[in-house]
Amino acid sequence: MISPPLIYAILLLAVPLLSIILFSFWTQTFLTINRDLTIENYAEALTDPLYRVLMERSLRISASVTAATVILAFPIAYYISFKVRPERKALWLFLITIPFWTSYLIRIFLWRVILAYDGPVNGTLIGLGVIDQPLSWILYNANAVIITLAHAFAPFAILPIFVSLEKIDRSLLEAARDLGEGTVMTFLRVTLPLTMPGVLAAVLIVFIPTVGDYVTPRLVGGSGGTMIANMIYVQIFDLSNRPMGATLAVLAMLTVTITLAWAILHVRFWVHLSDRVGGGVAGLCLAVLAAVVDIAIIRWVYLNGDAWFGTAGALGVMAAIMVGGAAAIAIFVPKGRWGL
Amino acid sequence: MSDTSSNAPLIQMRDVQKYYGTYHALRGITAEIGEGEFFSLLGPSGCGKTTLLRAIAGFEDISGGTITLGGKNMAGVPPNRRPTNMVFQSYAIFPHLSVSQNVGFGLRKSSLKPADKTRAIGAALEMVGLGHLGNRAAHALSGGQRQRVALARALILKPKVLLLDEPLSALDRKMREEMQVELIKLQREVGITFILVTHDQEEALVMSDRIAVMFEGEIAQLADPEVLYRRPATKRVADFIGVMNFLPALADGNGIEVMGLGRAEVDPSQVPGGAVSGACSVGMRPETLSILYDGEMTRARETTAMVEEVVYYGDMTYYDVTLDGASAPVRISMRNMVGREVLSVGMQTRVSWDPRAMVVFPD
Amino acid sequence: MRRGRITPLAIFAGLYLIFLYAPIILLPMFAFNDGTIIAFPLQGFTTRWFVDLLNTPALHAATGNSLIIACSVAVLATCLGLFAARAVTRYDFPLKGGILGFIMLPLVLPEVIVAISLLVVLMQLGLNASIYTIILGHTLLCMPFAIAILQGSFAGLDQSLEEAAIDLGETRAGAFRLIILPLVTPGIIASMLICFIISLDEFIIAFFLSGNEPTLPVYLWGQLRFPARLPVVMALGTILVALSITLLLIANYFRRRGLARTGQQDSGGFL
Repeated sequence: MISPPLIYAILLLAVPLLSIILFSFWTQTFLTINRDLTIENYAEALTDPLYRVLMERSLRISASVTAATVILAFPIAYYISFKVRPERKALWLFLITIPFWTSYLIRIFLWRVILAYDGPVNGTLIGLGVIDQPLSWILYNANAVIITLAHAFAPFAILPIFVSLEKIDRSLLEAARDLGEGTVMTFLRVTLPLTMPGVLAAVLIVFIPTVGDYVTPRLVGGSGGTMIANMIYVQIFDLSNRPMGATLAVLAMLTVTITLAWAILHVRFWVHLSDRVGGGVAGLCLAVLAAVVDIAIIRWVYLNGDAWFGTAGALGVMAAIMVGGAAAIAIFVPKGRWGL
Repeated sequence: MSDTSSNAPLIQMRDVQKYYGTYHALRGITAEIGEGEFFSLLGPSGCGKTTLLRAIAGFEDISGGTITLGGKNMAGVPPNRRPTNMVFQSYAIFPHLSVSQNVGFGLRKSSLKPADKTRAIGAALEMVGLGHLGNRAAHALSGGQRQRVALARALILKPKVLLLDEPLSALDRKMREEMQVELIKLQREVGITFILVTHDQEEALVMSDRIAVMFEGEIAQLADPEVLYRRPATKRVADFIGVMNFLPALADGNGIEVMGLGRAEVDPSQVPGGAVSGACSVGMRPETLSILYDGEMTRARETTAMVEEVVYYGDMTYYDVTLDGASAPVRISMRNMVGREVLSVGMQTRVSWDPRAMVVFPD
Repeated sequence: MRRGRITPLAIFAGLYLIFLYAPIILLPMFAFNDGTIIAFPLQGFTTRWFVDLLNTPALHAATGNSLIIACSVAVLATCLGLFAARAVTRYDFPLKGGILGFIMLPLVLPEVIVAISLLVVLMQLGLNASIYTIILGHTLLCMPFAIAILQGSFAGLDQSLEEAAIDLGETRAGAFRLIILPLVTPGIIASMLICFIISLDEFIIAFFLSGNEPTLPVYLWGQLRFPARLPVVMALGTILVALSITLLLIANYFRRRGLARTGQQDSGGFL
């Protein structure tokens, strides 16, 4: 019974994904594809700083978008879950998701219109007397990409957080109040930890697709806001170097996976450390210390590794450290709080 | 409860076998059920009782043996052609239809005129006490109401056998007791054979004319409630039905030496498994042992014991006492009659016992 | 729950909604605006941009393509979704979680990855990009949505319902027609409408896989480089958004009706 959809997914998802992995090892000159396996593309992608900068920018933009989206999503999810009457909740959720069902392209294009030099935002701000000159930093750069993507992915973040908020047994909160906790402390010590699985889901749902977004950087990113997907497009269609496009795609997915795995598992590790010393202030300090050290190591390799390992080698070493650390944590540190 | 019919049995099962792959779910079930009987299949989960019920209904094919309904072999007969109707455990009320439409569903293919159909539906609803709910949407009913709709829907087709798959397990305690009484009344009113599947032995005892106790795909004992209770065939049946005290004993040619009670002679009818010798277990129901209060005398045997635990229920008190000479405590139930005091833990007391109440099982 | 209506949180919620809808509200504003620049102040009402749309043959071709693709995808994705939803709610098979996760993967992957992997396969097979390839790509994307919606329908279906119908004298076909179908139909309609909307609005896969037969969004993309065409683009956008929202409202109506029929609770949202 499951076989038709499964076969379809295998044919149209698994096979193509495996194909681009294979494709990334081929090369293309003008219109002919050379099918000898080679790591030429990978070597070029890893050594040429252009790609690295793009990838880094993509990750940074995605991280900002994720942070902004999730932080803004939490209050509204909280509002709907706790402050809206039960019979109205479905309506609110529906209202929030309506924009999501309209054309993505149109919405991004509208943001270009809104943020334009002579567009409504500037016009209103000038009209209200808040500024004299139209703002130039809100369009055709990374900021515009972040604003636009945060708008587009808002519902993606709200829904998982809402679901995990709904799952909280209200009597837990009443018990906390009964035991003497104030409203804010109840939120911090009971509500927030219980919603971490939902927040984690929201982070994944926003981070992964935004890294590979094409339309937004193209329309509102200008030259300072291009992301890795634009380069992939250029390789495939403008430069007729399809294998290189495939290589970039594979590397992009690898980077995202490794980054996320590293981040999630290390947070588990840091929380575990904090619990080991019994939590509280000591635990917090230890966790922060561990975090600082871990991040510093990665940063050092990234920034200074060229001299020691060569450009490609530096990235390789960095990846190895991240994957190794993540694997070690996955094996030795048990699944802890917050669903991590 | 009505008498089992003296005519040819309505349902005959001969050596019914059922395999799911290599799993042997039904191992040679042989039984007969008469017309107008309220028959129960009783056992723990996984014993095969629902499988057997579904085999009678036609939803499971059997791997061996025969099932005969009204003299006709049911092999190859699909469920919609059998003279049976079933009340499912989840009631399976069609949520998108009204109550009347649900009840009248089986009449779609009949040759009744619309007016007659409406009348039949009305009568069926009246019979189960839902006469006023005809137009209610089916998904808006309570659990008890849903069950009655399921009953009406099945009975309106006048089947020869009504099959009920754990019909009361989804109801709360009060509703369950109410429905038990109602089901008995309904069965008497309609007069057809009811086959009930349940894991609740109390329920089976209350409602049935005869009960088949099943373990692991086999019928351990088929008898009416009194026989099942007083003369269980095996230790397992004895333990499953009600509460049973088991006392270690030694049987020799002349009688039984029961630890904690003493020596006794038993009638062969008290040894369901046939002659027993050597180590064995003696079963005694809590109400067959009595606490003797001060000054009371008894004609049966007597022994002493210490009270370990007292559970007061209002009308009854249950005592766990350790008999002198025995190791494990036994349970005794005593009615709280006027003048009887409730004993306290640690008291020494006298216990009277009657050998005629014993059932002897081999170890 | 406190009754204080105007709490800071409520204000935030209101502002958030405005933020969410701001771009969309602007659409009809400028579509009917009698001015060639998309800026305030508004300059009078006109419908000439919509009239312009009617006179653009390229647009008509693109619309045709989009409609054909969207309809095909709706049917195909819903059919596949029916299989999957029924399998998932009825049966337990090995690796069930993994298989389902795999099928739902397109929801999380960046669309670019899906698009170029399909493109690569196409080239390997020597096929040209065409309407059929876009249909295949969109179906892959819509299948998870169809499954999510139809799972709701099947979850409300008790397995014994079919057996009860048969026990009461119906044939298998009769049971399907009278019991299963009415209960699943609202979900089927909702699924088809949702898949239609998604396919109609989808840009990336259509863009990467478009040969000579562009879809509406691809056509729109082409127009974006011409500032003079902006108002017409706004008009087209208004129509598309209005259409999407209308279909969405209808789909939601059917989804809720399906839930009501089986007496289930509405958890809000399709996912």
